[in-house]
Amino acid sequence: MSPLLDIKEVYYSYHSLEGETETLKKISLSIHKGEFISIVGPSGCGKTTLLSIISGLLKPSKGEVVINKSLIHDTAHCVGYMLQKDHLFEWRSVYSNVLLGLEVARQKTRENLDYIETLLHNYGLQDFKHFKPSQLSGGMRQRAALIRTLALKPEILLLDEPFSALDYQTRLSTADDIGKILKKEGKTAILVTHDIPEAVSMADRVIVLGQRPAEIVKIFTIDLSLRNRTPLASRSAPEFGQYFNAIWKEMASYDH
Amino acid sequence: MITKSSEKQAAFIKNHKKQRMMITLLRLLVLILFIALWEGASNYQLIDAFIFSSPSRILQTLSEMVINGSIFYHTGITLFEILVSFSLGTFLGVLIAILLWWNHQVSKILEPYLVVLNSLPKTALAPILIVWLGHNIKSIIIIALTVSIVVTILNTLNGFHSVDKDKIKLIYTFGGSKMDVLRKVVIPANYANIISTMKVNIGLSLIGVIIGELLAARAGLGYLIIYGSQVFKMDWVMMSLILLALLATGLYQGIVYLEKKVSRYNM
Ligand SMILES: Nc1ncnc2c1ncn2[C@@H]1O[C@H](COP(=O)(O)OP(=O)(O)OP(=O)(O)O)[C@@H](O)[C@H]1O
Ligand SMILES: [Mg+2]
Repeated sequence: MSPLLDIKEVYYSYHSLEGETETLKKISLSIHKGEFISIVGPSGCGKTTLLSIISGLLKPSKGEVVINKSLIHDTAHCVGYMLQKDHLFEWRSVYSNVLLGLEVARQKTRENLDYIETLLHNYGLQDFKHFKPSQLSGGMRQRAALIRTLALKPEILLLDEPFSALDYQTRLSTADDIGKILKKEGKTAILVTHDIPEAVSMADRVIVLGQRPAEIVKIFTIDLSLRNRTPLASRSAPEFGQYFNAIWKEMASYDH
Repeated sequence: MITKSSEKQAAFIKNHKKQRMMITLLRLLVLILFIALWEGASNYQLIDAFIFSSPSRILQTLSEMVINGSIFYHTGITLFEILVSFSLGTFLGVLIAILLWWNHQVSKILEPYLVVLNSLPKTALAPILIVWLGHNIKSIIIIALTVSIVVTILNTLNGFHSVDKDKIKLIYTFGGSKMDVLRKVVIPANYANIISTMKVNIGLSLIGVIIGELLAARAGLGYLIIYGSQVFKMDWVMMSLILLALLATGLYQGIVYLEKKVSRYNM
């Protein structure tokens, strides 16, 4: 089976008057349909840059990104991107925030609106449609942002530290919710996080990036002996601690 | 416990209300005292009512002008000029800010000129505009426009540029265009900012209109002031000043009302 997403020897540099910032170096990665990938790495190493390239917002300086065998810029719409903050607009109701993506992509079809109804219903936001974003809890806001992204039916979801603004308790349950939602909707996902337990608990593979310019230092395939794996349940799997230690050691040798 | 704390709460609220009543009463008292002193001083000829006017003479003038209708004419003209220059200033200012936001190159080129225009006292332009456009309502409106438009452009543009970069990125992740960014993020994120610019604008338009009227008008409250002072009809001058103060307050409150309505949708 050919991979859904193929990143081939991607390089990226930012240019400014102060000079060139080499950010990504020879990143190659193949991801199959339905896989969940976590990316961890020191701060400022280029994780957000990598997601921006996969989403087609930035063009690689060298190399290419192929999705479903076509080059990224023809297919940008099949990638959904959740940014570091939820960015719900306070001047819109929750419902109209969730519609934003469809509005911008001009895809407000009957079918898509029905799909949004289903998502709102399934993920407990039905009764909060007419609320303002500020009236929602952190976890609910994150779910609303997820529905806004899912509404466009992306095949691949990019998540850039989507839980970093939440307190610890909410963070655990929201990660669990979102992990389950993505599995249920059959999505392929790439999660960027600073939190090693979170990376391990959600992923099939954890990619460790080194200092900027980021290279892939190591890839861990997470294999837990659990029957029904959910992010929360994963944390109590017997192998969890070993993965944590191995990744932590790997990262500690690069951090200072 | 609960009754005790709610008793204290009730006492607190009662006290608070009492305080507010006191303040309102004292405010009224200041006004009454001021009017009474003014009236008394002119009655006992401590001040010359011919130069300083007096509340009763102002009232007398007002009622005469209400009866012959001329006060509505003059106030109406001034109000019309303010509203037209205010609307034009806000509309054109925001429009130009949008164009400058859209075209970064043009914005960069014009930046120093805008800064210079902003620091120039616009009232200095009034005599030139009158020479060019003549003694008419048009030049008064243009004078008021020059006073308010540059500030509007700069404030609005500043607000546009301080929109969160990631909110803009969000629109692009949905495959949006620059137009989508403008319509879905940049403008709505700036509702509050535009309203507060309008608050400044209404005051500036008022200043601009009065300057224009002092220099060029044949009607309006500014005209009453300048004409009244030339023919030593100080009652006209004082009355016009009081009407101007009321007009300014009314217009400002109008914007505050608008702000409250908008803020219900926005933040
Ligand atoms: N627009 C830009 N122009 C120039 N340099 C940039 C730009 N954006 C990011 N950088 C630099 O590129 C490097 C990588 O940035 P990036 O945001 O991808 O890192 P990150 O891994 O997501 O960091 P964090 O963990 O803090 O989110 C950083 O050193 C940053 O300073
Ligand atoms: Mg980042």
